[in-house]
Amino acid sequence: MEKLKSPKSSTRQFISASALILIISAACFTAGPWLSYHATAMLLLLCVSVLAVKYDIYPVLSSAVLSALLLNFFFIPPLYTFHITTGEDLLMLLIYIIIAVINGIFTFRLKREERKSRERSERRNALRLYNTIFNSLSHELKTPITAVIAAADILEDTAQPATAKILVNEIQVAAQRLDSQLENLLAMSRLESGMLSLQKDWTDITDLLYRIGELYQTPTHEIIIQADPNLPLVKLDYGLVSKAIENIIRNAVAHTPAGTTVTVAADYNDGACIITVADNGQGLPPGSFWQVFDKFYRAEGAAAGGTGLGLSIAKGFTEAHGGEIRACNDNGAVFTITLPAESTYINKLKNE
Amino acid sequence: MNDIKALIIDDEPQLRKLIAINLEQQGIAVVSAATGREGIIMAASHQPDIILLDLGLPDRNGHQILTELRQWFVNPVLILSARNTEEDIVKALDNGAVDYIVKPFRTGELMARLRTALRQNHKAESEPLIVLGELTIDFASRRVTRGGNEVHLTVTEFKLLAIMASNEGRVVTHRFLLKEVWGIAYQTETQYLRVFVAQLRKKLEQDPNRPAHLLTENGIGYRLI
Repeated sequence: MEKLKSPKSSTRQFISASALILIISAACFTAGPWLSYHATAMLLLLCVSVLAVKYDIYPVLSSAVLSALLLNFFFIPPLYTFHITTGEDLLMLLIYIIIAVINGIFTFRLKREERKSRERSERRNALRLYNTIFNSLSHELKTPITAVIAAADILEDTAQPATAKILVNEIQVAAQRLDSQLENLLAMSRLESGMLSLQKDWTDITDLLYRIGELYQTPTHEIIIQADPNLPLVKLDYGLVSKAIENIIRNAVAHTPAGTTVTVAADYNDGACIITVADNGQGLPPGSFWQVFDKFYRAEGAAAGGTGLGLSIAKGFTEAHGGEIRACNDNGAVFTITLPAESTYINKLKNE
Repeated sequence: MNDIKALIIDDEPQLRKLIAINLEQQGIAVVSAATGREGIIMAASHQPDIILLDLGLPDRNGHQILTELRQWFVNPVLILSARNTEEDIVKALDNGAVDYIVKPFRTGELMARLRTALRQNHKAESEPLIVLGELTIDFASRRVTRGGNEVHLTVTEFKLLAIMASNEGRVVTHRFLLKEVWGIAYQTETQYLRVFVAQLRKKLEQDPNRPAHLLTENGIGYRLI
């Protein structure tokens, strides 16, 4: 048997498969008296099997059918008819067809499995590569920032005179800003790459909100937390949810005048955790309620600074969690995050 | 803080220098290593009182270094890690690191965690009474008082508090707490922890929503100070 290459186009496969069958059949035919039709059947079956190794399923099935027809017409007595006289011959032909078809289908399945496992390992490799690059980039950017913050910190204690202290403070503020922008960019990159994995665990949502509130104390704005103490525990990825809320709060603080109050509230209803961040500022530009979540969207007249990524990250993280985010105006801007989540009330805990 | 020697294992020369300056300002002697391999050798030859280990080491996984150190190094190991790696931090804590600090860090925090790590464990036998501000925890009589008034805790609540108190100042992972209080079968049942910590806060804290003692370390565990 000649070594067969596997042509890419289906038509080429049909043609070459049929050609092979015809050639082999012709050869067997001319070998006439010395080759029984049983042997021919075996040779043709071998042909079809070899084709099945390399070719797609439809060319293989068609060559199975073609060879069966040729076998019947040119080899099985009575010759040059499609009639079959003995039961044995009929049985042989049927088994021939069955084996040929099984061959085709079997190898088709095998190749599909191979393709799937190749895709899986390709995806694994891509993930590994992504993680390596992400981690090293992260490291390379964070290290200088860490150095700046640490150095400024040490300097703060010993800086003299007063002007030096002010300068050191400037360095600290700038470094923190750099750090949070970096966090945002890294978050955006994780979202875009599709390599975000959810880690859900039982969360005390009230605790989560208060922790965020503490982190975002700012002298210019008041952050109020409103949470029903009787909320059940909710199964959430606290990291994603925190980041989403933090970004909305940061956005509210950046875009409202000093003295504005930002209220964060949580509730649980109908299988979903609902978190609202509302401020009493000037509200969102009318008609921009969907646009605000676009990447790099900046409201007209917005203060300089900020990349415009915050809300799109909040949206991305919310949606990665299977939730929805909405914005509207109600005496100020109101953002609502709805997260479908399991909940549990542990009433029957052993506690004595 | 004199006569203390610290070993810093971090691949970044800038950070090694800065942390060293910080520690030396506080009177701590510092040696440093740039790779895990070097770190292990220095740990053996210098016998530091504490090791600061960067989890993101290039030559060998920070975790591997930690595991190797833990086989024979008895003093505390504090890990330095990048943010958003809670899984790594929990893994390191469960593997024997005593506490962690996240980069970029403020020196105040680093020193506080370092000092706590260097303190001995409060064992019930050696230190039967722990005082945290207005709270007093008496291991012997199993009583807790707040501002002089006794607080009634159930058996489970006391057990939880006691374990955190014997690791006072240090972070304890969810898994560790669940194992110690409820048993190894419960080590992933975080809902129990949430509920009981909320109950403890209600009983012990001035403002349960802004706890001064029972702090949450998101994604990692809790810390009692």
